[in-house]
Amino acid sequence: MADVRAHAADSREDDAHPPELRHHFANLPAQREASTLAMWMFLVTEVLFFGGMFTAYVVYRSTYRRAFEGASNLLDLTLGTVNTAVLICSSLTMALAVWASGAGKKKATILFLIGTILLGGVFLGIKAVEYTQKFQHHEVPGPHFVVPLDERTHQPLPRQSEMFFSLYFCMTGLHAAHMIIGVGLLTWLIVKAKNDAFSPRYNTPVDLVGLYWHFVDVIWIFLFPLLYLLGRHTL
Amino acid sequence: MSHGASTSGTPKAYFGVFAALMALTGLTVWASFLHLGVWNTPVALAIAVTKGLLVALIFMHLRHSPRLTFFVAISAILWLAFLILITTSDYVTRPWLPIYGS
Repeated sequence: MADVRAHAADSREDDAHPPELRHHFANLPAQREASTLAMWMFLVTEVLFFGGMFTAYVVYRSTYRRAFEGASNLLDLTLGTVNTAVLICSSLTMALAVWASGAGKKKATILFLIGTILLGGVFLGIKAVEYTQKFQHHEVPGPHFVVPLDERTHQPLPRQSEMFFSLYFCMTGLHAAHMIIGVGLLTWLIVKAKNDAFSPRYNTPVDLVGLYWHFVDVIWIFLFPLLYLLGRHTL
Repeated sequence: MSHGASTSGTPKAYFGVFAALMALTGLTVWASFLHLGVWNTPVALAIAVTKGLLVALIFMHLRHSPRLTFFVAISAILWLAFLILITTSDYVTRPWLPIYGS
């Protein structure tokens, strides 16, 4: 807070009321701090949104361990690992976009934002391929679900493998929905960046969308080992 | 926060975190095939927590955030712990009751 107050003095000197400053904030640093705090509060509610499903996962996985390990081994590890790498790359380009927008580099900002969208698109594309395979193998919960065979023993898995796939589709589906919203927000940022909305003085929208995008990456960082890796040691 | 809009973090730091995240992804895939008994999941979660912290502290600038923002972020872990611990404590202790399964 101390440095915010210190900024109040010099911002009053050079620029009394910049156009980006909403009238209910004393100065831009105060506005930025309030926006960032609000975004983090939203992300806390998001943690609990996903947290409900993580809790369901903990309960069912500990109850039906064999079914979960066997069903997890049916997920495509290569595609899952590639997707993890793609998402980490997209977080890097997002972080660089935030940096570029804060440094006043308009062209670099737009390029990094486009890169982030493309990597997000690759992630969603690979996810679509994985979902298609699950439909073809009748591993989607519902009337067409067929209890799959264990990769190692070739015996049918316990019936509760369907529960694993329910959680798999709910968790990755909610994650993918967040990615789609993120791509929309990035598109909006590109339009704003083209219209010279950002400067070293003001890049809060890029910063906040960055926080959202990195949060979605963190969710995947936990989903990946919990969904793809839990039974590999039994193979 | 030395000037108006720019946040902490340099491209150099971001590339460093990126390399670490990639290496840890490889490590967690490799470790998942080891026969560690009950330790497979704790190891996977420890790596995931490390990766999550790297993203939160550097990519999300939490390291240089105001203390209030830091505490709000930490509260997410607290609420999540409540959600998971209280729910699982119910599932764990239910069979202790004589009426269970009757």
